[in-house]
Amino acid sequence: MSPLKIKKGATSHSAYNLRPTFSDVIERHTLAVLVENEPGVLARVIGLFSGRGYNIDSLTVAEVDHTGHLSRITIVTSGTPQVIEQIKAQLGRIVSVHDVHDLTVEGASVERELAMFKVVGQGDKRVEALRLADIFRANVVDSTLESFVFEITGVPDKIDAFAELMRPLGLTEVARTGVAALSRGE
Amino acid sequence: MTRQMSGAKMIVQALIDQGVDTVFGYPGGAVLPIYDEVFQQNAIRHILVRHEQGAVHAAEGYARSTGKPGVVLVTSGPGATNAVTGLTDALMDSIPLIVLTGQVPTFMIGSDAFQEADTVGITRPCTKHNWLVKETDKLAGVIHEAFHVATSGRPGPVLVDIPKDVQFATGTYMPPKPSTSHYQPKLKGDMDAITELVAAIEKAKRPIFYTGGGVINSGPAASQLLRELVAATGFPITSTLMGLGSYPASGEKWIGMLGMHGLYEANMAMHDCDLMINIGARFDDRITGRLDAFSPKSIKAHIDIDPSSINKVIKTDIPIVGDVGHVLEDILKVWKSRGRKTNAEAVAKWWTQIEEWKKVDCLKFTQKGKTIKPQHALARLEALTKQYDRYICTEVGQHQMWAAQYLGFEDPNRWMTSGGLGTMGYGFPASIGVQIGHPDALVINVAGEASWLMNMQEMGTAVQYRLPVKQFILNNERLGMVRQWQELLHGERYSHSWSDALPDFVKLAEAFGAKGILCSDPADLDDAIMEMINHDGPVIFDCLVTKHENCFPMIPSGKAHNEMLLGEAETQGVIDSKGSVLV
Repeated sequence: MSPLKIKKGATSHSAYNLRPTFSDVIERHTLAVLVENEPGVLARVIGLFSGRGYNIDSLTVAEVDHTGHLSRITIVTSGTPQVIEQIKAQLGRIVSVHDVHDLTVEGASVERELAMFKVVGQGDKRVEALRLADIFRANVVDSTLESFVFEITGVPDKIDAFAELMRPLGLTEVARTGVAALSRGE
Repeated sequence: MTRQMSGAKMIVQALIDQGVDTVFGYPGGAVLPIYDEVFQQNAIRHILVRHEQGAVHAAEGYARSTGKPGVVLVTSGPGATNAVTGLTDALMDSIPLIVLTGQVPTFMIGSDAFQEADTVGITRPCTKHNWLVKETDKLAGVIHEAFHVATSGRPGPVLVDIPKDVQFATGTYMPPKPSTSHYQPKLKGDMDAITELVAAIEKAKRPIFYTGGGVINSGPAASQLLRELVAATGFPITSTLMGLGSYPASGEKWIGMLGMHGLYEANMAMHDCDLMINIGARFDDRITGRLDAFSPKSIKAHIDIDPSSINKVIKTDIPIVGDVGHVLEDILKVWKSRGRKTNAEAVAKWWTQIEEWKKVDCLKFTQKGKTIKPQHALARLEALTKQYDRYICTEVGQHQMWAAQYLGFEDPNRWMTSGGLGTMGYGFPASIGVQIGHPDALVINVAGEASWLMNMQEMGTAVQYRLPVKQFILNNERLGMVRQWQELLHGERYSHSWSDALPDFVKLAEAFGAKGILCSDPADLDDAIMEMINHDGPVIFDCLVTKHENCFPMIPSGKAHNEMLLGEAETQGVIDSKGSVLV
């Protein structure tokens, strides 16, 4: 067990758990990639996706272990099972990549995303926005007489739903962090 | 022992400590301190090329023929960008290279300084890994790690970008020690998968070994083990362009190269086999043809050191990730311990079928008339040079395929060709690198006139270092392969596929102080080839050949292995619209 609580035995270094058939079904996978925290490492990962034509639905990156010089990149990607396996193998091939974990197949995991919404409005709309924010457990982090900035944390679907509700109520700006994810349990 | 020294001295010291004897390079402003150190020592020989692309291809030729990594030293900006084609070539063909580039001083990076380029940015997708070193104290460690990364796992080119102030500054030199980095590719294959493969070998009725460049990259021991396994099982063996020589062309189980211009018997056997054992090859599109028709009835085993090669294009039933040498050793061990069993009766029947296919004699040609056929030129070259300590390089195109078809390779590391990237201009500088590594060998670059012109400036290098490289140019005054495709799928509209305004190659050779030979008559060919071999110095051999000869056999784009074209028969319209978008 690494100090980062990530299970050993990365999928990227083994070809034995590959899917038996090439299916056409598009799957959405959340990958956790532990990389050496060095200049250009994000460019290596992103360049791999653009160069080989893979999708990035969401990407977050930050240093997670200062002494060990490690950053964690969480990528949500979509593709056929064959493409997903290729993405993992190709990521594992990058010299600066220490480990690749497919949180979608390696047991249960939790995903969270943080978002901020600026909603501008007056009267009933303003009251309704505040009421809905309460239902969604969003916090008000800034307020003027005519606007709110809400902060909300949750799975991407919940944030999407909140955004839909806020749109007719005067939503003017959105900032989302992208998905962060961890496997459940030990 | 750690010592204080300048960054430039450190670089030279690190190369010496890594056992480097030769560096291919070209000086410039940002590497002057390194060149100053190169000047003041004798342990490393520097070969001055005439263009940085030539330096990288020469280093590739050196690496492929010696099994050691090639080392290149070039300057910043244009020096680095000129190296990009060679880096990509080496990446595609898994050739270990260490390329050192100068960079503008750290405090000028990002200011659009003179001869500045974002070298690590530009070369990130065409190297296995690269580094920009900003502190002299880290320089030695990075260079040692660069050798580790380039040569371990699936080999490849790496680049170290070194700003000029880092070269001038003093730092602590660290000698090489075994790498402690996390990059430690796995060499041993999974024993369960190996046992599964052995069980399949025991039962197979129509087996085939399909081998590639991985066997050669694994080292001479892997080729020996492969030969042992083939001899012991009696299974037929074919190879990709990259793998030629790992099993001898004169070996009795050899059925020739496979693929787009491979032999009929090899492709038919691939299509009809029931067990395909892929050893260090990667199911390249030149090999597979139409994917949904690729070897439909076979169990496929795939041995590769790179996990990303497995299931990339072809679904594998028995994947084995590991070094070819290690895996072959384990296969032999397990197979022997289980009693050396094969389905000999069925395999004998399989051979009868293969012999039937061989009777098609797909490489037959008739040399008649007063013009030399390119196939004839290569058949004569083969006959007259076979007994020599011979290394062959090629450029890219029809001549390359003919060379692969008509020349026989008995040992690994004797065949240097640009397989993955298909780089015209590769062969000549590569032949220079080979000759540097093997001063007494007969080094021949089989070329087309168009490819050869792409790096002809390296004549200066060949003459300067008295390298007796033989440039065997099959001159059809055409971009032969382009012309062939235009004939096949663009209605014989030969758009820009001829070589106009060609130089007089004999005079060109003489202008560089080398020897030129012109041969156009089949009756003179043998004597002319002997004259080329016997001349102690670089030779340009201008062999005028048939202008509209096509390279057969051929699997047209979008077709399956059993849909080969064997000859000049009806070739128009054989590639359908779906196939014509493929290259």
